Amino acid sequence: MAMRPKSSPLFLERRSYRQRRLMDAARLMPILGATLWAVPLLWGDGGQGDAGARMSNSNAMVYIFGVWVVLVGLTMWVSLRLKDDSAEPPSTSPPRQGPPPGAAQ
Amino acid sequence: MIATLNLLIAVCLGYVALLFLVAFLAERAALRGRGAWLRSPVVYTLSLSIYCTAWTFYGAVGYAARAGLEYLTIYLGPTLVMIGWWWLLRKLVRIGRTQRLTSVADLVSSRYGKSPALAIFVTLIAAMGLMPYIALQLQSVTESFTTFARMDDSAMTLEDPRAIAFWVAAGLALFTILFGTRNLDANERHHGVVIAIAVEAVVKLFALLAVGVFVVWWVAGGVGPMLEKIDASPIRTWQMDGGRWAGLTILSAAAFLTLPRMFQVMVVENEDEGALRTASWAFPLYLMLMSLFVVPIAVVGLEMMPQGANPDMFVLSVPLSQGQDMLALLSFLGGFSSATSMVIVAAIALATMLSNHLVMPLWLRFTGGGAVISGDVRGVVIQARRISIISVMGFGYLYYRLSGGGTALASIGLVSFVGLAQVLPAMMGGIFWRGATRIGALVGLGIGFVLWLWCMLLPSLGEGSIIPAHVMAHGPFGMGWLRPYALFGIDGLDPLVHAILWTLLLNTAGFVLGSLVTFPTPLERLQGAQFVNVFQHSNNPQSWSGGIAQSEDLMVMAQRILGASEAQALFQDEAARQGLKGYLPEPTPDFLALLERRLSGSVGAATAHAMVGQIMGAATVSVEDLLAVADETAQMMEYSSQLETKSEELVRTARQLRAANEKLTKLSVQKDAFLSQISHELRTPMTSIRAFSEILRDLGLNPDEQKKYAGIIHDEAIRLTRLLDDLLDLSVLENGQVHLNVRSCVLAEVLDHAQAAAGAQDGTLRIRRRRISEEVMLTTDGDRLSQVFINLVANARKYCDASAPVLTISVRSDGAMLTVDFVDNGSGIPAEAQDMVFEKFSRVSDQKAGGAGLGLAICREIMARLGGSVGYLPGQGGGAFRVSIPIQGEVTMSQPASTQS
Repeated sequence: MAMRPKSSPLFLERRSYRQRRLMDAARLMPILGATLWAVPLLWGDGGQGDAGARMSNSNAMVYIFGVWVVLVGLTMWVSLRLKDDSAEPPSTSPPRQGPPPGAAQ
Repeated sequence: MIATLNLLIAVCLGYVALLFLVAFLAERAALRGRGAWLRSPVVYTLSLSIYCTAWTFYGAVGYAARAGLEYLTIYLGPTLVMIGWWWLLRKLVRIGRTQRLTSVADLVSSRYGKSPALAIFVTLIAAMGLMPYIALQLQSVTESFTTFARMDDSAMTLEDPRAIAFWVAAGLALFTILFGTRNLDANERHHGVVIAIAVEAVVKLFALLAVGVFVVWWVAGGVGPMLEKIDASPIRTWQMDGGRWAGLTILSAAAFLTLPRMFQVMVVENEDEGALRTASWAFPLYLMLMSLFVVPIAVVGLEMMPQGANPDMFVLSVPLSQGQDMLALLSFLGGFSSATSMVIVAAIALATMLSNHLVMPLWLRFTGGGAVISGDVRGVVIQARRISIISVMGFGYLYYRLSGGGTALASIGLVSFVGLAQVLPAMMGGIFWRGATRIGALVGLGIGFVLWLWCMLLPSLGEGSIIPAHVMAHGPFGMGWLRPYALFGIDGLDPLVHAILWTLLLNTAGFVLGSLVTFPTPLERLQGAQFVNVFQHSNNPQSWSGGIAQSEDLMVMAQRILGASEAQALFQDEAARQGLKGYLPEPTPDFLALLERRLSGSVGAATAHAMVGQIMGAATVSVEDLLAVADETAQMMEYSSQLETKSEELVRTARQLRAANEKLTKLSVQKDAFLSQISHELRTPMTSIRAFSEILRDLGLNPDEQKKYAGIIHDEAIRLTRLLDDLLDLSVLENGQVHLNVRSCVLAEVLDHAQAAAGAQDGTLRIRRRRISEEVMLTTDGDRLSQVFINLVANARKYCDASAPVLTISVRSDGAMLTVDFVDNGSGIPAEAQDMVFEKFSRVSDQKAGGAGLGLAICREIMARLGGSVGYLPGQGGGAFRVSIPIQGEVTMSQPASTQS
């Protein structure tokens, strides 16, 4: 539908813009994890080829646990910066409150 | 050897006693409202660790010894789910909290129109999936005992290891009953259990880390040598079936969401959504630490232990073989913790499901009247749960006895996982897709369940035990495409991947197709909107239309389920909120929804819905609900109707403003007119007084003439004084400084006095009264009241323009207020002047002006003082004024009325 009734403002102020991008990051996190942990699929099933060409389990462990630590760190960073429900539902932004009249004088 | 079997048993008992104490203290703290720390994110994260059962603690090492790094998939899946919390878990937890869900079955049934059939189905799947899992825990505890016993030099052999399993099962049942069914919490939360689980989580992590540290730094001699050892071990190379790697990761992610025990701790026991924020990274960290030392322990075990040693027990046997008895004991406690915490929560979760979705509906049906029967339902619910717990444990034990406890731990766990994962399509679809329907969910679940039985559960019981060998090889009745491990003739897949692939694929396909071709009921659509858009409207607007008020029946029912005091408090609060006194609120849709949600905490959504339905009649979906359910078009309509309302409001406000402006303008004109009027009024008597006093002074007059002129001067002076008196009176009244002389008086007397004082006896105005209705005792200021009456009668006398003026005074009483109407038969006050007559200086007709236009303004002030009011009563066929007086005078001395108008 071309017209959305509850349209959110076209541009956000800097803080809520940051929040939105953090939410995006939080949503992307499992995709990042799944992609990184899908890399072992490329290592081959070990069915053919000689032993020397195959990935050793010690290296595999270092890789998988390394990814794990990175994911934990990133998630922690993102989670602690995300505000609660700040923009869900799409914010019916509060009326912009200017300075009280006469404050500038 | 220090660690004798007796010591082991003593340690176990001591440990359990400690857990009892912790759970007890936590319950007590929560009861006294000092339980803030019970809700801390750390406790929440630790409670999630029941994902790591004895299967993790012992089984992972065995798994690693057999299949290398494949065991990691079981933890990678949940990690991915946790780090994607913003996308899925947050929504799930919010839904669970707003809908007061008590279990996975409750979630699915609630979402699909509170369907009892779905609830029962999911409960059965959960029960079937759980029995082997509980058996697995019993088995691992038993095996850990026997591992110790084998090392025991005192050669005390275990006569029957199954006895241990029995006592463990019995002990766990007792613990679960004590803390899981102590009370029926409307939120289904168990502080004691959660805190005990958190303690166990710490113990098992600490134990596994301790064994790991011991293995890496003591046995292997550091990280570098350890890695070398791994490279030299039988599991040195990455040998992974890509299908299994991906399939198992997906499976464990699915199981993490659908396992009843995970739902219990993750959603039901969650008291603070913010805890998820911490758990999102802390729980993956926990999982990583739990699986960090698995491979080193497996590698060292393979190297040091004799051929044929059970790799599932390396966590115990490696420290034992090194003479590290205390470490082994710690490790034993870790395994014991893993097993017990899982069994306790799983039993609570399953017992809740069984009692809410199977026992209670059946019981309600067989006891006849359902919600209207006598007796305490709470007792029945609690008993049902206790019996459920005992039977869950009993069946778990039975499964353990029958299966002989031989199969490798991990494979039993995977069978359970695949079974429970069948709930996933219905669950995810329910949360993210409004179009998902009950039929679709049933079809999907049915297909998944049957395939799971055929491809996984039955073959896992052993070749030829239930499915004969020739069926395994050639399919039933020779239909090769139905072979359990090669559906549709696709051969060569790993049986596990095969089962995951086909069950989930066909399950999802059935679910989607079923949803696409069927049409949901209104309640389903409503619940669908509630679930999918939980962040848009977190309140629950399912509505019961009021119908005939049956609050009392509702209260009787609620008392039996929630308990008398809680139900009464709930009803009283609601009544107070509705502004009623007593205990019985109106059964508004909001209240019924609230009540149903509270009840559903105790008996499940479907049953609660049915019980409320029994009293209130059929549930209806209101227009607002339908608007909420309908799609974007309807949302647009709703939005535009909102706009319309707003613009109407604006128009109304503008109209009011215009009216106010008009009134102000009129007032200003009036004031000007009055000023000239009052100058005139003051000047006329002053002029004559001056003129006559000059005559008296200058001209010699005879005494008669003197007397006449002095009389004129006197009359004019009186007229001036009266005008000034009126002005003064009004200003005193307006400032609220008036003193009222409140006493008892009879209305008839007041009216008599007024009639006489208004000069109505001269025959120009006939007054019609009904004396009987006037015999009312009033507590008020009679003099002031009669002043008002005088004014009204005098006005009628002065302004009634009928040829034979008649004033009808009628009195009516409605409880606290007495209304006295003064209706004459003249032409009345024109509409445009009606709202002005009570203003100061207002006079309807200038030509007949007898006073300064203060009379009615004074009346209004007086009546406001007396706690009543006077107003113009349009549409009576003449001038009509209505005076309302409180019978028991409440004299207000507060804000003067004129400042309010």
